[in-house]
Amino acid sequence: MSPLTRVVLAEDEVLLREGLVALLTRFDFTVCAAVGSAPELLEAARTHQPDLVLTDIRMPPLRRDDGLRAAVALRAERPGLPVVVLSQFVQTGYAAALLDSGDGQRVGYLLKDRVAEVTEFVDTLRRVTGGGTAIDPDVVRQLLHRPRDPLAALSAREREVLALLAEGRSNASIAARLHVTEAAVGKHVGNILLKLDLPPSDDTNRRVLAVLTYLRADPVG
Amino acid sequence: MLGIPRKGDLDGWGGLRPAISVCGMTSEHPSHLAASLRRRDWLISAWPWRALAYLVSTVPIASVLTVGLLVIGAPLLPVLSTLRREGRPPSIALMLFLITGSVILVGLAPILSFVVAAVERWRVRLVDNRPLPSSPWPGLAARYRSAATWREVAYLFWLGGFVPVAYWVFLVLVLLDVGMVTSPWLAGDAEPVVIWRPIESTGEAVPYAIVGVLLLPVLCYGVGLLAAGQAAIARWALTSPVDAAALREVARSRTRLVGAYEAERRRIERDLHDGAQPRLTSLTLQLGLARLDVPEDSPAARPLAVAHDQARGLMVMLRQLVHGIRPQSLTDLGLAGAVRELADAAPVAVTVHADIDGELPEIVETTAYFVVSEALSNVARHAAATRAEVRLSRVGGDLVVEVSDDGRGGADPARGTGLTGLADRVAAADGRLLLSSPPGGPTLVRVELPCRR
Repeated sequence: MSPLTRVVLAEDEVLLREGLVALLTRFDFTVCAAVGSAPELLEAARTHQPDLVLTDIRMPPLRRDDGLRAAVALRAERPGLPVVVLSQFVQTGYAAALLDSGDGQRVGYLLKDRVAEVTEFVDTLRRVTGGGTAIDPDVVRQLLHRPRDPLAALSAREREVLALLAEGRSNASIAARLHVTEAAVGKHVGNILLKLDLPPSDDTNRRVLAVLTYLRADPVG
Repeated sequence: MLGIPRKGDLDGWGGLRPAISVCGMTSEHPSHLAASLRRRDWLISAWPWRALAYLVSTVPIASVLTVGLLVIGAPLLPVLSTLRREGRPPSIALMLFLITGSVILVGLAPILSFVVAAVERWRVRLVDNRPLPSSPWPGLAARYRSAATWREVAYLFWLGGFVPVAYWVFLVLVLLDVGMVTSPWLAGDAEPVVIWRPIESTGEAVPYAIVGVLLLPVLCYGVGLLAAGQAAIARWALTSPVDAAALREVARSRTRLVGAYEAERRRIERDLHDGAQPRLTSLTLQLGLARLDVPEDSPAARPLAVAHDQARGLMVMLRQLVHGIRPQSLTDLGLAGAVRELADAAPVAVTVHADIDGELPEIVETTAYFVVSEALSNVARHAAATRAEVRLSRVGGDLVVEVSDDGRGGADPARGTGLTGLADRVAAADGRLLLSSPPGGPTLVRVELPCRR
């Protein structure tokens, strides 16, 4: 990763776009292009080949999910392109579409509100650029609240760990958050993977993806 | 149009003199003839004259109608008598005349009755201060369809057929009384006067004359009763009830109103989403950035932190507000996608089958969305179900939404499980809600929403 991460930003509201540019610049990102519509985003990303694409979901021309569609299209062209999309509200379908795009890694789905938590937001951007996956805690919570029989087998602590795992956190970060040792977290993760019948793997992102894919899958068919 | 009566008109006396006190005024100033009959001074009031004017003015109208009815109905008599005597109709020509006449009569009666009814409504005011709302010409086809028309036609036949008979009977009584009163003067002539039996002398006639004079007020009351009865029937027959066409128009207007309301919601949601929300996010972001540059021990640090927190709280609040106005998932994903999102968020496993192609009216989309939302939250709250199913399909011109679960059933709109509110919402979109929920389950909510614009 180069010292300066090059970003293409798409947000149709001018004030917020300028705010995001200020934020990114302050934290040593280089904003190659800041645009206000989905077609412009496609063009800018193709021209600048950035290290990260940050886009709003609802944008011109249709003001529906144009931003998300553009992001998915870009990842089809460049499967490893890190993309973070911002959504005004929780929509699990959007997170799923994003995770299904490209190689399923280096994607982030966040509520727009998270922008206000400046440092956490920047951490998330860095995590995704660095190869991680970030799903908004609200989306994860919604997914976890669905009673799926396999999940019923998990203890409360294991659910907690799974939720943090889904946010793309490392074992160390989870341990710090829950005030337990890293080894304990490792044990929980092992148990979770076992109970959910997932093969153990060292790759955190694969685990997150596997978990999310599993949660997303309709148990009925 | 239905007239909106002023208060004074309703009370009847308000228009005649300013209302000072309601108590005791009604019998002094009755609103119509029948009510006035109870007054002690009725005979010396204006009411007998008004009643008489009503009866007299009836005569030309009723006469014309009677003549018309007789011309058309006259052949009926020989036809019936020949039928009874010989068992066959008299002549083809007569039958043809009778049938043609009847057809023309029935065909023209709705038009003729419109004119007569208008005159009669106006004439009733002679004996009735309460206004009768007039009805405008509804168009030829509608005139033949409405129930009010056929009441007016029935009134026409009554006026031409029955009223003259009653008048004749009354006229005979009046003539009899006139004969009794004038008998002393007439008795002296060559021809004897016959009341019950021949009266040959003036002396014999005097008691008759006395009885005749005493009967005069009775006749006056007779005029009053006859006019009051006729006016009451006219009023009953000529008051146009709120008919089906008017009700349909009210329903259509309500649907239009709900549609306009829906468009307005959508506009507000869009304005908030595209205008207010990103600006607030931007403001919160700027506050967050400012916090980074203000040292912890600076006096500005605390107020800045408070402002940042408040802005964040406001962001959450605004998001919930916008969602309540019109779900954004509906705008972004369409009905099927938005329903899938609802199913995803539901605490029980929900299967969605959506078979809906093409555009749906906005009101139908939103109503269907809230139906599924409310039904699924009912499932979660009350049904103790493990799974539910949502089906969206097009049946003819309708969108059919079915939500079923494997819970314990027994859902009862009376127990306020949100079903009543749901039914109201559905009714506003001109649709209907059907519920099957036997105790022990399963529960099925079916909603049919018409999609024609």
